[in-house]
Amino acid sequence: MKRLTWFMLPLVLFLGLAVFLFQGLYSNPKDRESTAVSNPFPDFTLPDLMDESVIYDNSVFDGQITLINVWGVWCTTCAIELPYLESLKDQGYRVVGLYYDQDLDPDFGTKTIERVRTEVISTLSKFGDPYAFNIFDVYRNTSLDLGVTGAPETFLVDQEGVIRVHHLGDLNERVWRNKFAPVLAEIEPKATSSGTESGAGK
Amino acid sequence: MKIASSFLVKLLVLMMLTTATSTVLAQDSNSSDAADDVAEKVSEAQKMGENYLFEDPNDRKTFLKLTAELRCPMCQNQNIADSDAMIAHDMRRKVYQLMLQGSSEQQVIDYMKERYGDFVHYQPPVTPVTIWLWALPVLFAFVMMGVFLMRRKVTPEENIEAKLAAANKLLKDD
Repeated sequence: MKRLTWFMLPLVLFLGLAVFLFQGLYSNPKDRESTAVSNPFPDFTLPDLMDESVIYDNSVFDGQITLINVWGVWCTTCAIELPYLESLKDQGYRVVGLYYDQDLDPDFGTKTIERVRTEVISTLSKFGDPYAFNIFDVYRNTSLDLGVTGAPETFLVDQEGVIRVHHLGDLNERVWRNKFAPVLAEIEPKATSSGTESGAGK
Repeated sequence: MKIASSFLVKLLVLMMLTTATSTVLAQDSNSSDAADDVAEKVSEAQKMGENYLFEDPNDRKTFLKLTAELRCPMCQNQNIADSDAMIAHDMRRKVYQLMLQGSSEQQVIDYMKERYGDFVHYQPPVTPVTIWLWALPVLFAFVMMGVFLMRRKVTPEENIEAKLAAANKLLKDD
């Protein structure tokens, strides 16, 4: 009996290790819990990408479910997801771009705002334009506040300006079905009830 | 002869390099005005504190410590001092700005953790999940010590009895 346990011990240890390592094969190291989710969208006051005289702040979220898509023309994946985002727009979702450029980065060079605009227009005309408007995150402070690590990333913001989903990487049908649709189903009916609550409060 | 040929090779390499750089520069100036660009870049970098000048050498030390301790969320196994990802640039700049605004070391770490989670700091906090990092090696050491002691105890006793008997027998025989 004792011999058997000693004989089995390495086998059990090995199996345990194998299961642990096997799990590692399919885990995504970039998959982390976002600290942004269920927090209000960070306060911001930023200009429109195309017209700096238009200034946006957190009131853009009032009463509407919004998809905030963090993107830039220099990002290939962002261009690839544009058609899918456009199809979401066609389904009636409100997609707002949070645009950031690398012009503040000494390693990537400086660009003029005019050049950024021409590039944006040519990219959007080539791949599709899903955006209601684009907020220009000039110094990338809002991206940092959101915990953005790169582009593309997409946030689902509810009617009260609270972030409900934070997705890193491109948005596609599978991600939409698994990550966004369940939350949307949850907040869309809640929208009417919380709407009346706040209405009654006033 | 040998010297001449090596000189020729060097000349050739030099020529190739010059043409290569000039084409690169030409391309650069095509996309934007290269000279202006560089000057602008440098001044922009200085403005944004990409050189990170500190008046107090202690602040400089803190800055270096912080950028070595904070982890780049993009290139996961690099700290923000090493990483060249854009987010690392932004985070270095933010650390610098926060420090200039008078934030303490811990405040800077908290600021980053608030946005990127515990992940962003190389020193993990003790939580029910991470406690195993410290507990497991100690547990392992204790278990192995137990095993070692138990195994040692069994064998010598039998041997000693046998050896004593053998020794006594030898003494008697003498």
